[in-house]
Amino acid sequence: MEYLDYYKLLGIDKTASAKDIKSAYRKLARKYHPDLNPNDKDAKKKFQQINEANEVLSDPVKRKKYDQYGKDWQHSDQFEQQNQYRQQASGQDQKKYTQTQSGEDFSDFFESLFGGGAAGFGKTRQAKFRGEDFNAELQLDLEDAYSTHKRTLNVNGAKIRITIPAGIENGQTIKIPGHGGKGRNGGPDGDLYITFSIANHSRFKRLGDDLYTTVDLDLYNAVLGGEITVDTLNGKVKLKVSPETQNGSKIKLKGKGFPVYKKEGQSGDLYITFVIKIPTNLTEKQRELFKQLSQS
Amino acid sequence: MLNNIEMNSKYMVAIDEFCTSHEIEISFISSLQESGLIEITRISNSDYIKKEQLVHLEKFVRLYYDLDINLEGIETINYLLERMNSMNEEIMTLKNKLRLYENPD
Repeated sequence: MEYLDYYKLLGIDKTASAKDIKSAYRKLARKYHPDLNPNDKDAKKKFQQINEANEVLSDPVKRKKYDQYGKDWQHSDQFEQQNQYRQQASGQDQKKYTQTQSGEDFSDFFESLFGGGAAGFGKTRQAKFRGEDFNAELQLDLEDAYSTHKRTLNVNGAKIRITIPAGIENGQTIKIPGHGGKGRNGGPDGDLYITFSIANHSRFKRLGDDLYTTVDLDLYNAVLGGEITVDTLNGKVKLKVSPETQNGSKIKLKGKGFPVYKKEGQSGDLYITFVIKIPTNLTEKQRELFKQLSQS
Repeated sequence: MLNNIEMNSKYMVAIDEFCTSHEIEISFISSLQESGLIEITRISNSDYIKKEQLVHLEKFVRLYYDLDINLEGIETINYLLERMNSMNEEIMTLKNKLRLYENPD
């Protein structure tokens, strides 16, 4: 259990007045409040600590106790007095900031010193505590992300079935409301945030909603034109190749790219780059024909 | 428990019950509406807010009552948070694009 110097946390000295404490706390709360620092775990922890510091230092009785036993809280005689203290806690009315994404509202240090959580503290405007938000990462293959599908996740022992919309991006986070930690004192449950990590082992490269790939083209089709079959993520498609197609030339297959997230029926485009393959192991006759061509 | 009603497949939460539950004044909600920060729907002389806006409303309540940030401050913060969110999305897109060039094969 880490000893927390509440004075240091609030940036005040031990002689600070109630007004100084309130002012220091308010300033830091505005800086570190989770609403102003979304997805910032460090800010969340810092906010938790300054909230805790304010709980103690803004209450004269608790402050006295902290000043007296703070650093030596683990001594047995202190625990005895702590129990007495808890029984005497008066429940004065005092303001306490609400946390939105807290896992634990108070440190182990605080709980050892003053008892579990906010027990013994006064009524607050929002005595209800929203449950902790859970964060999870889910790995998908590019092919999985291509179509809307359902997945069953195991979150802290509970099975949750979610629908993953087609077109989800690598790094994108979705929120599953109410599937985080349980709320306390009638507060709402937290949310579950799932961040997707999309691995791509396919021959397609994805850029937003567009896909890019290369297709080998034999020399004869490249020169004379023809019809070839190419793979898309949605199956094979037949494609007409224009005569005299150059190596490295690109074509666009409209609507054959990746589905647009949450826009049913809309897809990006597929860009194909042709790589012309020169025939090898030519027969004498073929070699002769190429000679003739080169001299024509 | 808030009284929820279903309308056009959207769940709505009664404003007066929200205010009672959170111990806040209705005038604050009206100010948020006037600033365009939330949308309120009036049904049979009662005001409701869509459930999906609840998370924003609760955030505004915390900013106002817990952090003593006035309405102008909330508007500014909301704008900056939205901008930050949009920039984060842009960073994600750019990271994915960069990944494409860093791993060409």
